[in-house]
Amino acid sequence: MTRYFLMRLGGAIPTLFVIVTLTFFLIRAAPGGPFDREQSLPPQIMANLQNAYGLDQPIWVQYARYVRALGHGDFGPSFKYKDFTVTELIGQGLPVTLELGTVALSLALALGISIGIFAALRHNSPADYATMSLAVVGIAIPSFVALPFLGLVFGIYLHWLPVAGWEPDSIRHLVLPVVALALPPLAYIARLTRAGMLEVLHSRFIRTAIAKGLPLHTVIARHALRPALVPVVGYLAPAVASIMTGSLVVESIAGLPGVGRYLVQGALNRDYTLVMGMVIIYSAVLIGMGLVADLLYAWLDPRVRFAR
Amino acid sequence: MMQHGISVPTLGVENLQVTYAVAGGPVSAVRDVSLTVAPRECLGIVGESGSGKTQVFMAAMGLLAVNGRASGSVRFDGREILGLAPEALNRIRGSELTMIFQDPMSSLTPHLKIGVQLAEVLVTHRGFSWRDAMHAAGLILERVRVPEPQRRLQQYPYELSGGMRQRVMIGMSLLCEPKLLIADEPTSALDVTVQSQIMDVLRELRFEAAMAMILISHDLGVVAGLADRIIVMYAGRVVEDAPASEVLQRAHHPYTALLLECVPNLRDARLERMPCLPGQALGAGMQELGCAFAPRCPRATELCRLERPPLRAVHQSVQVACHHPLSP
Amino acid sequence: MSGLWREPGRRLRANTGAVIALGIVVILVSMALVGPWLSPYDIEALDWSHVAAWPGMAHAHWFGTDRLGRDLFVRTLDGARVSLAVGLVASAVSLSVGVSYGAVAGYLGGRTDRLMMRIIEILSGLPLIFFVIFLTVILGRSETLLFVSIGAVGWLTMARIVRGRTLSIRQQEFIEAAVASGASTARIIVKHVVPNVLGPVIVYATLTVPQIILFESFLSFLGLGIQEPRASLGTLIAQGAGEMEAAPWILLVPGGFLALLLLSLNILGDGLRDALDAKESG
Repeated sequence: MTRYFLMRLGGAIPTLFVIVTLTFFLIRAAPGGPFDREQSLPPQIMANLQNAYGLDQPIWVQYARYVRALGHGDFGPSFKYKDFTVTELIGQGLPVTLELGTVALSLALALGISIGIFAALRHNSPADYATMSLAVVGIAIPSFVALPFLGLVFGIYLHWLPVAGWEPDSIRHLVLPVVALALPPLAYIARLTRAGMLEVLHSRFIRTAIAKGLPLHTVIARHALRPALVPVVGYLAPAVASIMTGSLVVESIAGLPGVGRYLVQGALNRDYTLVMGMVIIYSAVLIGMGLVADLLYAWLDPRVRFAR
Repeated sequence: MMQHGISVPTLGVENLQVTYAVAGGPVSAVRDVSLTVAPRECLGIVGESGSGKTQVFMAAMGLLAVNGRASGSVRFDGREILGLAPEALNRIRGSELTMIFQDPMSSLTPHLKIGVQLAEVLVTHRGFSWRDAMHAAGLILERVRVPEPQRRLQQYPYELSGGMRQRVMIGMSLLCEPKLLIADEPTSALDVTVQSQIMDVLRELRFEAAMAMILISHDLGVVAGLADRIIVMYAGRVVEDAPASEVLQRAHHPYTALLLECVPNLRDARLERMPCLPGQALGAGMQELGCAFAPRCPRATELCRLERPPLRAVHQSVQVACHHPLSP
Repeated sequence: MSGLWREPGRRLRANTGAVIALGIVVILVSMALVGPWLSPYDIEALDWSHVAAWPGMAHAHWFGTDRLGRDLFVRTLDGARVSLAVGLVASAVSLSVGVSYGAVAGYLGGRTDRLMMRIIEILSGLPLIFFVIFLTVILGRSETLLFVSIGAVGWLTMARIVRGRTLSIRQQEFIEAAVASGASTARIIVKHVVPNVLGPVIVYATLTVPQIILFESFLSFLGLGIQEPRASLGTLIAQGAGEMEAAPWILLVPGGFLALLLLSLNILGDGLRDALDAKESG
């Protein structure tokens, strides 16, 4: 199992490296530079700026310096927010975004799987149809539509929860954004779990487990659950991608000081280093998620461990 | 109803019917079956696929699919178990009443170790600790002659051969010293060489354990070597119910006789398809008119086509469902 | 050919949810097309006497007005038009790309197929929004970029499905006959393969349209999409979100419209898929 993990890790690192390289060269290859937006500056000052940011060096040198800095966790200075390095900016915002994302993902998994099992066990009953209809709604309506609506109902009319803003260590401010983020993946996971469970429940080995006189909860938890969750594991990485995408919006509506706005602002401001830093971080998270998914596959189905 | 002495039959099935609700209408898998199994008796059930031989016992074990309905009576050790709630049924199945299935490949849970799948039976039914249960599991593997039992306990099903998996299944069903073991086509999915090994295991158990056994097969040879009594089923009904020696030497029902004739070598009998019998068996969905076997029966008369023959005692301990049974 | 559609059509009609969804879609689209002509206002008119006004009949602002006094009825329906237009055009683009890619991959098979599928695998793993943002950094904002990136949303799944169908069709006899008669590969693909994959394509096209509309709304919401003065539903929702407390209808109207549209399209797509799939397995 450890060997499998190391093998997969070994495959992930080059991928990340490729992403870093591609990102770097693509951005540098773009027409226009980071200072085009400024009013046209006298050539002297332009030259000084270029020099200060190391932009007058040959591209290979810039690349080498960037990679080396990355190794130290240094993403370089932000071209737009002149007083901050990208590392500082990311450092400020990442904890909030991570908290938002992990809670949303955990909620989506915990509730989604439970609801899916519930529906599967009550196949073709009204409860089943009801939950699956709600699931369709959850899947169709995006976070950035759901959040304002939730805010309207729970925040403004019911006054239960704050609509926007954020205080450190405050849970109340996170509730609505987390729920809005978690809804689409939750609904999808519920559907996947239900479908997976229904299929597994028809397997021969479940028949054996029942014939052994095992109580239902044991049959489900010990025998049926792991194979039933295989499709959910396959959906993990897309779920994280969906949550990451949603967080861009949710953070801006709810006024959360996360790291998502940097990506959008960075794009609009052509802040090279900031965008690069964000892309690398997000890619690392996605690749990491893919790794976790692979490990889970191996745990769910022992045959996978030796297959490669 | 046949009674063997005054003891309570281990299993008593009375007028069992099993129907399935499918898109085109209800389909009868078992039309009317009655049989008994005495303590320590080995009963062989023989029939083509579609005869209902498996469905009878799926109903008894409460393993019918959601669209299946059973009516009638099934008594285990005198207690009615048909229609019993799953919680109550769970106390019996897996411990006193066990079943092993045809396909050991897919009948074991792929992601659990063998040891766990064995031990959980004892943990659930006898309240063993996992440690004690694992120990007992090792012992049962020895009993069914699985080599290197300790190693096997830590392995996953895919690491074992088909024959070994079936031994594990057999062991699994013996852990609580059941009163009745139902074996549904235990060797059909296995290699010919492995088949005889498994039959040997079953034969040994037959004499060691104080349990009754039901052996379901389309293979007369499998049943012949082990059963005390044989029941032949056709189109969801019992057509012959007699001691094994009677059936094999002096079949009373034309169907049984044809089965025997078809088979040059009893040991390799295969009843899945019957090349020497014309026509097709009555399917589960079709209507019965008269005797279900009449279309294929060389002795069929007008009476047979109009009136369904009931199961009648022909002489002591032999019952046949035929208007013109073969006289011994 | 019409015989092929009768059974699925019947099944679809039996699916109440899908029928209702279809009805809703028709209503919403009609509103978007016809609605603006019914109102005395246009999308840019600033009505200073009715700024952030509640919806009502009196001042003919049926859905109210926004912070600048612009009529919300007209703006929402116009926004819907924009969203639908972008959705349909981009869907058509992604459809053509997806179908061609899939048909070629499925037909050629072998290493080419594996390579093409590998590319799809890699692309599926990446969230599209990052691409778009990335490209925006490099190329700046442009409407062409918008259409291209939006079109890039749906073609992956379509390509996969078409390739699967093509692979199975390829084995069949009439293809062999066509090859034997000397038809060129391109001709075979166009004349024989494409008509036969039409069924699944229609289903997934119906499911792609809401995906694309969603993506476009998302981009517009972030400010990377349609530019002023035209607004799509996404832009309107963004504006509405800022006014939630004081004037909730500015959010509710476009948000509700979008939610209803997406929901109905999804239900309709699911219904179509069930109707056609059942036919295949039956």
